[in-house]
This record gives sequence, C-alpha cells and structure tokens, in this order.
Amino acid sequence: MTLDSKIPSGLLQDKWTSHKFNNKLVNPSNRRKYKIIVVGTGLAGASSAASLAEMGYQVESFCFQDSARRAHSIAAQGGINAAKNYPNDGDSVRRLFYDTIKGGDFRSREANVYRLAEVSNNIIDQCVAQGVPFAREYSGYLDNRSFGGAQVSRTFYARGQTGQQLLLGAYQALMKEVAKNNVFLHPRTEMLDLVVIDGIARGIVVRNLLSGKIESYSADAVVLATGGYGNVFYLSTNAKGCNVTATWRAHKKGAFFANPCYTQIHPTCIPLHGNYQSKLTLMSESLRNDGRVWVPKKIKDTRLPNEIPLQERDYFLERKYPAFGNLVPRDIASRNAKEQCDTHHGVGDTGMAVYLDLKESIAQLGKQVIKDRYGNLLDMYAKITGEDPYQTPMMIYPAAHYTMGGLWVDYNLMSNLPGLFVIGEANFSDHGANRLGASALMQGLADGYFVLPYTMANYLAGVKPAGEEIIHRSEFKDAEIQVSDKIKRLLSVKGKTTVDEFHRELGHLLWNKCGMARNEKGLKEALNKIPEIRERFWKDVCVLGSNDDFNQALERAGRVADFLEFSELLCFDALHRQESCGGHFREEFQTPEGEALRRDDLFSYVAAWQFNSLGQSPTLHKEELKFEETHLAQRNYK
Amino acid sequence: MSKKINLTLKVWRQKNCKTPGAFETYQAREIDTAMSFLEMLDFVNEMLTHEGRDPITFDHDCREGICGSCGAVVNGQPHGPLRGTTLCQLHMRHFKDGQTLVVEPWRAKAFPINKDLSVERSSFDRVMVAGGFISVKTGQAPEAHAIPVPKEAADNAMDAAQCIGCGACVAACPNGSAMLFVGSKVSHLNLLAQGAPEKKTRVLHMVHQMDHEGFGNCSNSYECEAACPKQISVSHIAFMNKEYRQASIP
Ligand SMILES: Cc1cc2nc3c(=O)[nH]c(=O)nc-3n(C[C@H](O)[C@H](O)[C@H](O)COP(=O)(O)OP(=O)(O)OC[C@H]3O[C@@H](n4cnc5c(N)ncnc54)[C@H](O)[C@@H]3O)c2cc1C
Ligand code: FES
Repeated sequence: MTLDSKIPSGLLQDKWTSHKFNNKLVNPSNRRKYKIIVVGTGLAGASSAASLAEMGYQVESFCFQDSARRAHSIAAQGGINAAKNYPNDGDSVRRLFYDTIKGGDFRSREANVYRLAEVSNNIIDQCVAQGVPFAREYSGYLDNRSFGGAQVSRTFYARGQTGQQLLLGAYQALMKEVAKNNVFLHPRTEMLDLVVIDGIARGIVVRNLLSGKIESYSADAVVLATGGYGNVFYLSTNAKGCNVTATWRAHKKGAFFANPCYTQIHPTCIPLHGNYQSKLTLMSESLRNDGRVWVPKKIKDTRLPNEIPLQERDYFLERKYPAFGNLVPRDIASRNAKEQCDTHHGVGDTGMAVYLDLKESIAQLGKQVIKDRYGNLLDMYAKITGEDPYQTPMMIYPAAHYTMGGLWVDYNLMSNLPGLFVIGEANFSDHGANRLGASALMQGLADGYFVLPYTMANYLAGVKPAGEEIIHRSEFKDAEIQVSDKIKRLLSVKGKTTVDEFHRELGHLLWNKCGMARNEKGLKEALNKIPEIRERFWKDVCVLGSNDDFNQALERAGRVADFLEFSELLCFDALHRQESCGGHFREEFQTPEGEALRRDDLFSYVAAWQFNSLGQSPTLHKEELKFEETHLAQRNYK
Repeated sequence: MSKKINLTLKVWRQKNCKTPGAFETYQAREIDTAMSFLEMLDFVNEMLTHEGRDPITFDHDCREGICGSCGAVVNGQPHGPLRGTTLCQLHMRHFKDGQTLVVEPWRAKAFPINKDLSVERSSFDRVMVAGGFISVKTGQAPEAHAIPVPKEAADNAMDAAQCIGCGACVAACPNGSAMLFVGSKVSHLNLLAQGAPEKKTRVLHMVHQMDHEGFGNCSNSYECEAACPKQISVSHIAFMNKEYRQASIP
C-alpha cells in the first residue's frame, strides 16, 4: 500500500488557501446530523471540540481526568510561538516555517509546517479574544521572549503558566458549547478501543472509571487528541496519567504509527534524586534566556558552585555554539549535558547534573524582573529541592519530555483509517525528529482551532450520517467483549509484583537503551528484554480490587500493559533508523565533532508502521519527504 | 540532604458516597524527606498492595501543582501545613520523625466522596458552564493588538486566572463556600475589556449556579485565602460582590 499524504499542489504559500477553497463543505442545516467523538480535552481536543460544536456538529468529548480543565496541557510553562513579529526583529511566517523545519532536523513535511506557521498568528488573536492574560508591556501591548532554536523573540507567555492559561481559554470555549448542549462531556472515562467497521472508524469503547462500566459510543468521525507517550520511560516530565493506550489500541485496529523513535529529552529538568521518585519536573527552557549553563572545568570538582572562580568554569554551550549559545535546540543542549556528565564534569550528589546560573541576569536586571518572568518556576524549584535558585545556581539534567512520533496522518490530519483523525501531540506531523520549544502549544491549537474544522467538513461532506442504528453492529459488541476480557485477565493474575514495579523496570530499560543516545547492541538487548518483561507481567502482576469499582491500580495496569507492547515498536523503529537526526541519536552515526549525522539519501522518509501481531515484526510503509523550499543541510547552530 | 523518618498515618477510607467511611491507621516507615506527599502515599500504597490490602485512592495527575487534581486535608489543613503549596508539591522534609498525620478528603456538601480521598468536583464545572467564559467563536477574533490592555489590568486578571480549581477553598471554609473559586473567575474575565459585554450575565449566572449546587455563603473568615495553593486574594470575592450588586440593579 502507498501512503498518500494528500499534500495539495501549488506553491508552498498557496497550498492551504487553495486547499480550503477546494474542500467540500457541509450545509449548516445538515451539520447537526453528524456526530463527532473527540477523545482528549487538552489544547488540541478542547479547541477542536469547541470549534466543531460552534460550527453545528454534535460533539461527544472524553477525558480520563475528573474535569476537562485538568488535561496535561495545563502543565506547559514557557510559551507559545507565533510569527507576529511584534518586536520588529525580522520574524515572518517564512522564518517560523524555516526554523521549525530546521529544528526538526529536516524530517517533517514542508506543507504541514508552513501551514502551522501561517495560522500561528490567528491563534494569538483567538486566545486574546477569549481572555487569555498574556504578559503585556506597560504600553498595554503584548510582550515576547525568545526560546531555543530561534534568533527572534516570537514566544507569547503568561508568566510561567502559559499552558494553563491557554487550556483554560480552550476549556472555557468548550464549556460555552456545553451550555448550549452542543457538546456532551464524559469526564473520568477512558477510551479502551477503537471500533472499525468495513475499514472506517465508527466509534469507541470506553470504561467509566468510577463505576467500571464498559460502554460503546458511535459517531461519524473519531478524533484522537490523547497526547504523547513520554511516560513509556516511567520517569518523565509528563503528568502521571499520560499514556499510549488510545493511540496504541487504534494502531492495533489498523492505524499506522509513525516515527515512534523520535522522542524528545528536555535539557532543563530537576535531576533525579531517589528511586521512589514518581516523576521529573521540568524547568522551562525559557530559563535559558536568562540563565547560563556551565560545569566546572576540573573533573569531579566537589567545591560549592559559588566557590568556583569564573576562569575555572566551562560555559560549554556558549563555547561550542557561539551563535546560539544557551539557546541551541533541545536535543543539542541535552546531549551536551550528558556528555559533560559522562566525562565526569557533572555536579551534585550524583554527578548527573549541570548548573543553570541566573546570577548575572539577576545582577543586571534585578531580582524582581527575574521573579516576574519565572517566579512560579523558581518557587517550584525551591519547594522540590529545598534550595534557593536566586542564591545558588540551579542544578538541571535532561529528562524524557515530548514525543514527536505518533499516529500517521495525512495533510488533512486523518489517519490511514477513514474517519479517524489524530491531532496534537498524539499525531506525528509537524515536528520532525525534534520539536522546538513553544511549538507544541502552537501545533495543538492550530490543529484544533484552525485546521481540523476545515478538513473535517471536507470528510463529512462525502459521507452520509451513520445514524444511531450503527451502534448495534456486532463490531461494537466484539470490541466490548475484548476489552472486558483483558480487564478480567489483569485482575485474575493475582501475582506478586506491582504495576509500578513493572513500569519502573520498563522505563529504566528504555532510558538506558533507547534514551538520549542509542546503538545497535543496546537496542537489540532491549528488544530481547521487553517480551520477557511482558511475559512476566501477565504471569505476576498484582492488581487488587474489582472491575466494577473506582480502581486506580487497574487503570494503570491497562496502560502499562500497552506500554509493554508499544515499547517494542519504539525500539524496533530506533533500530531500523540507521542515522542520527534530532532526538534520535544513533552513536554509530555522528560527525567527527560528535554532532548528529543524518543520512538523507537513505532515511529522508517518514516510517509508518503497520501492526501485524504481537511478537511479529510490523510492516514498514515509507512516506518520502520532499524538500522543495528548504535546502537540506546539516544543522548548524555554531 | 534528605533523611529518613517514620510516620503514623490515619487515613480516611470510604468505599463510595453511599457507604460510611472510617479512619484506618498505617505505619509509614523509612520515608525519605525528599519525597513529595504523594510519593509518600505511593510508597504506602506499594506496601499495602504487597500485603494484599486495597491501596488508598487519591486523585493526582501533573504533580507540579498546576492541574488541581490532588488535595487532601492533612492535620486539619487543606493541602497540608505549607502555605501556597498543593499536596503534590508538599515535601516530607516539612514533617518530623514520629509525627502522626490525619489525612482526610475535602469535606463539603457540594463535593460528594467518590472513594477514600477522591471527591466529585463536577459542581465546579457546572458553575463554569453557567457563565465562566467569553463567547467568542473560533474565527471571530480581531487582531490581538486591536484591544490594548493596560498592564495592570492584565496582571490583575492573571493573578485571578491562576486558580487551579482544586477546591481547597471550599474545603477550608466553615460554610463550604465556593466564593473564592467563582470570584477569581469573575475577576479574571470581568477585568478585561474582552469580557465586558457579558460581565453582568456572567456574574449573575455563575452566582446563581453556585447557590444551586449547595455551596455556602461567605462570612469573611478568609480561610479560603489561607488554604489556596495559588494564594489568590479574597479581594476577588469583594470584586465579585461589587459586580453582582451592579448587575442586579436594573
Ligand atoms: C512540563 C511540560 C511543559 C511543557 N511546556 C511547553 C511549552 O512551554 N510550550 C509548548 O509549546 N509545549 C510545552 N509542552 C508540551 C505540550 O504541553 C504538550 O505537547 C501539549 O500540551 C499536548 O497537548 P495535547 O492536546 O495534544 O494533549 P494533552 O494535553 O496531553 O491531553 C491529552 C488528553 O487526552 C485524554 N486522554 C488520553 N488518553 C485517553 C484515553 N485513553 N481515554 C480518554 N481520554 C484520554 C486526557 O484525559 C487529556 O484530556 C510541555 C510539556 C510538559 C510535559
Ligand atoms: S497533581 Fe496536579 S496539582 Fe497536584
């Protein structure tokens, strides 16, 4: 089968405009007859559900949290990009497009990324109109800051809580539609399967997390906005509930999974401090605007940071990348921190940390300015570590953070299964092999507010409303039985090892073998080990309680069972991609200076995997990437 | 440097809102003081699971103090003893070796108990549905700089908008009032030019729904502000009252 990305013809800058014009429309009086399921209420899910409801479709919205407002997007700190060029520093749609393509190490689709840059400005307009309290200057106009991978200031922010404010904006837009009965909310409801009838996505099977009841919902289209799979590493910056279940189960029903090995390790997180630890905390990369990253020049230097004189410090990012300095993209910053620690320049109790020092900025700008910019982050740092970042340099280390890979979608954000759309972090589309800071929020909202509403109309215009009867098709009952059986199996093992113990073991393995740096030997080891852990899981996992109750261990068990299957695909993809690009660093492929060595002649494609059966290799489908506007070059941030 | 402490926990266990609950006592040994409160609960849950006993149910997600999922009353204080801190950001270094901790769910009429420490807060969502938004549709927005907002107004709106909807204010209030939650949303939206057209209906409808859900009234004991992990000021309640009065006058 050949993958059709459905990229419109014509000049890059005209593609989206002409595509919108060529799209079919659904007559306003007919829209009410169509029902759309949106799974997820993060930025992507909430914005799309609200927008589709405003247009007149019936929307059913699902999330596993107790309220739509608590989706993981709430935790985003630093900001959202847009090409407004308010600071008059040379930004443009074209520059945002180019930075994002280059940041993604030339492994994303030009047409998608251009569209993203194009609609970025509408997002800011929309959010401001919703009442999102972005930071402003004394003039009353919006303030901007800079982020990694860019030499312009194009990031809009709301203190250190940008995700919270954007999500509340989208959530409020959603609540406005709930008030009009255009959206029906299903909180504390987890999607456990996708129902596909005659090759078309027709609905989902869910579990009510309070009562345990298994139910089906049918629709004319299903939208997955279920976020990323960073928690496959167990420790990550993601919220504890983030998982791969929705996308993995859709994958097992036929949806292709693209580039799972593109995972992002974020450079500025609070270092690990104990084996009971449940998550890692991000310190927004925006701190790299005002913080300088350094380590002692001397190996295993145990002096306190303030005792180390300037000439005995190595500001390694500024030294190696003078043009971008501390603002190099994340993958580069992370790998360099790892390199410093691997060569024993790391600091702190474990030696697995580098300094991020705000001292000079505080001296230059005053404590208040720094406090206004990062107050809540620095408070959080102090609470977790018990140290005062205004006095002592912060200690940071990379942590799993974001997943560029996801379900394959075409230009219309539709997967290879007709009727199944995938948006936000759950899809693979816009960030290539590495995402730039402040671009995930942009992508989630672009997909939800400004792309999907158009492409959804085009799809629905070509299909008849399914009607209520479809729920009686046997495919729904069969899926419900499968889901119930799996739950019964989990409860019947009654083993000795807890779900978290398995999850930790898997996470540890992946971090070591498929983390910041990967090699053939390690990946093969992981591929041998994962089925073994999975087998042990099904023989020895301990899940107490019952199904017809609020049972959090059971929820986690289902998610970890899926991670134990998915992780195999992740390593398989990493092994197959014999090149280094962005977040995927294969040790065998590096330049003499230790930078990522892409192999454009062989690997300039999207790897979209088709599920066969567990334990059997997946089938690879390639979508060749064509670069017409940008010149394929080795990234250079020097 | 972290150290290890031993604690006695008295935790409220309740199967659901129809079954009566009771405290159960657990010994939490060798608790690392660098753990967060939720990590301590995870640790106890692992222990209980290994002993074949049902783990404690508690809501949580981000563990960064921003999603508003977590929360419990610890020794009589919502989110525990540290000001401006959610339970997930409270670390065990703030407790002493040998201490006894009484851990209970939020207790309020409008928050029925789901199980153990988890309560049902959908009443908050319904208050939001009543008017906690600006009715702009996708695509209608003017250019962002068309409406400059004075920095002071933007900052004040942001102070109010920080609310994470955890419900600690309700749990802390002797009347189970949600005035701080509702007041902060009314402030956030009514302070901005964008929110002005709906300012009257917003406050009237939200307050009406708040009463309908069974939340109590404010009698100025300011417990809400003291318990709020985002330290949102009670001045937003005063602002809401002012907006309500103005909106009520025909
Ligand atoms: C700490 C942190 C800081 C970040 N900061 C930034 C930043 O400054 N700028 C930036 O651009 N990006 C940032 N990011 C990345 C960004 O926040 C995320 O990529 C983005 O918010 C993802 O949004 P989403 O809508 O795709 O999914 P999410 O917000 O993850 O939402 C997923 C939704 O799906 C639901 N769901 C999942 N599975 C199921 C299921 N099986 N059944 C039912 N519902 C389900 C969940 O309930 C939730 O509602 C940050 C990420 C982290 C972790
Ligand atoms: S878990 Fe999100 S605020 Fe505590």
